[in-house]
Amino acid sequence: MEQEIVLKKQRQGLSFLKPLIMKLSPKINKGSLVSFLKKSGITLLSVLLFIGLWHMGAKALYDVEAEYKIEKALAERGQEAADAERACIASGDSSCQPNTLPSPSQVWASLQSLIADHQVITADKAAFVEKMAATNAKLIAQGKDAIVYTGRASFLDIIFTSIKTVFAGFLLALLIAVPIGIIIGLSPSLRSAFNWFIQVFKPVSPVVWYLLVFMIVKTLYIGDSSDNAFVISFISVGLCAMWATLVNTAMGVSSVDKDYINVAKVLKLGTFQKVFKVILPSSLPLIFTGLRITLSVAWMVLIAIELLAQSQGLGLFVWEEFQNGANDSNSKIIVAMFVIGIIGFLLDRFMLTVQNMVSFNKNEAV
Amino acid sequence: MAYLELNNVCKTYGEGEEATEVLSNINLTMEEGEFVAIVGFTGSGKTTLVNLINGLLMPTSGEVLFKGQPVTDTSHERGVIFQNYSLLPWLTVGQNVYMAVKEAYPKENKSFLKKRVDDYVAMVNLSPAINKRPKELSGGMRQRVAVARALAMNPEMIIMDEPLGALDALTRGNLQDEILNIWSQDKRTALLITNDVDEGIYMADRIIPLKPGPNATLGPEFKIDIERPRDKTALNDNPNFKKTRNAIIEYLMDIGEERKSVSQEEYALPELAPKSFVA
Ligand SMILES: Nc1ncnc2c1ncn2[C@@H]1O[C@H](COP(=O)(O)OP(=O)(O)OP(=O)(O)O)[C@@H](O)[C@H]1O
Ligand SMILES: [Mg+2]
Repeated sequence: MEQEIVLKKQRQGLSFLKPLIMKLSPKINKGSLVSFLKKSGITLLSVLLFIGLWHMGAKALYDVEAEYKIEKALAERGQEAADAERACIASGDSSCQPNTLPSPSQVWASLQSLIADHQVITADKAAFVEKMAATNAKLIAQGKDAIVYTGRASFLDIIFTSIKTVFAGFLLALLIAVPIGIIIGLSPSLRSAFNWFIQVFKPVSPVVWYLLVFMIVKTLYIGDSSDNAFVISFISVGLCAMWATLVNTAMGVSSVDKDYINVAKVLKLGTFQKVFKVILPSSLPLIFTGLRITLSVAWMVLIAIELLAQSQGLGLFVWEEFQNGANDSNSKIIVAMFVIGIIGFLLDRFMLTVQNMVSFNKNEAV
Repeated sequence: MAYLELNNVCKTYGEGEEATEVLSNINLTMEEGEFVAIVGFTGSGKTTLVNLINGLLMPTSGEVLFKGQPVTDTSHERGVIFQNYSLLPWLTVGQNVYMAVKEAYPKENKSFLKKRVDDYVAMVNLSPAINKRPKELSGGMRQRVAVARALAMNPEMIIMDEPLGALDALTRGNLQDEILNIWSQDKRTALLITNDVDEGIYMADRIIPLKPGPNATLGPEFKIDIERPRDKTALNDNPNFKKTRNAIIEYLMDIGEERKSVSQEEYALPELAPKSFVA
């Protein structure tokens, strides 16, 4: 008989897809269809309202900026210059556009251009690989390193880098925090020995973690010219984010229901059995709650850390666009903001689903 | 040498000012093969007594001897049915029982263990629910799993803490018979905690009341001189049954009354005279 926890199929975490699934299933009864329409109608309405407000807000800010530009031209260079400025702004010429919060349509256009850009870069890359195939084969035959594409990263590459960094950091956090959490959870004396350590390091800000990791990794990579930005950023992300898992694991392990411990005693389970068959299963829900927090913290601090570490991810993208100050920079930043938000949401939902699967107390995870 | 012996056992919870002595001077002797029932009011310390015997708690003073040896730890020789079932919620019914059977029979092969699990789950009529988790079961069903788990370990002595409290009369009767069956095969020893005097009389050789706490202690024992196997339907007409039953109930009512009057005395208001106000 299987003693492991059998993962139960539950889709609570993805329940926001339910209306969609219901719609796609062939058995639609009238009531569910109505409630589906009602629900999605409300969602749609709120999205439209949001876009409308955003549009109006952006318009108002645009007008303020435009007015200021015209006034300034009038004051400095006279009526003629002001008229020219007004005409220029009205014509939509990119040289004189007011630089402010972009409107929804501008953001949409930027998204399109980022996707188009990705296609261009992908084609470029494919062409490069083809061109260099023969040369690289020779190089490898001679035992040298192949020449790789070092051109600009596309927006999708950037997103991919960020996700990779977060998962590497998350994995690191898991590998450090869960075992340590279990060990200090099992021993009250270790717990009090570690307590100051946790209390002191938990509130340290991502920036400081980055600097700390930078100091260490820089020395470890001494004499190695390869790019260590990725390593630095994922380690910093992991160290920043692991505390919730550490604390939750220790708490889960140390607060196992007395009844379960009594069962373990009466059955006379050995230490190993007691830990793996009783203590760990009973603390799994708390451990996963911790992991869920860890993942969301990891995603939150990622942006700041990538920026500092100059790692080719969304954080650096946002910063570079801001520094860049090109006409569509602002709308690209907003695109990045939505991408960050949506990926964060999906990651959280994913963790919630996993959390619900291991939770024997249904309704526990919210 | 008695099979189980409690000598002047006291148990205090808490320390210093907070300390309350729950059990005081408990003396109990059980012979091998005996079936003893303890009846008592809620909160009087029955579960505490059970835990002292099974080795989960140590007495504050006095000694618990099992086959002449002081009890210092739990043992497979003494099986326990917990009052609050204590099933592991992440395991199914079958897995809960399997875990216990595997510990009790570490040398047996898988098919033996599996068969034993199936047999005991069937005994408590839960075969259809063998793959369910405790959360999906009713209170009575959980209680039956706890019974199956304890009995499947084949303990020499069975310690039961209100094992059938949540069951309806019919299921209760069936399980009482199953427990009696298992007890009488190879003459095991059984200690039953119950709040149902009839159940005690039907099952036990002796009934011992536990007086209300704090400082609860055991009252005088009542021997049940009714021949086994006992017949439930005939029991009601048995003059011996009626006599014993009335005696026990009368005794319980007496100590219940006593408790009330004692507690009234305890809460008698202190004499508070107002100070004379001198202007
Ligand atoms: N771990 C503990 N710490 C402090 N006090 C306790 C503890 N366990 C039990 N008590 C107290 O000891 C007394 C007896 O408790 P116990 O659980 O043994 O009663 P019981 O007779 O089994 O009651 P019930 O019939 O309700 O199961 C109660 O007053 C309870 O508050
Ligand atoms: Mg009790």
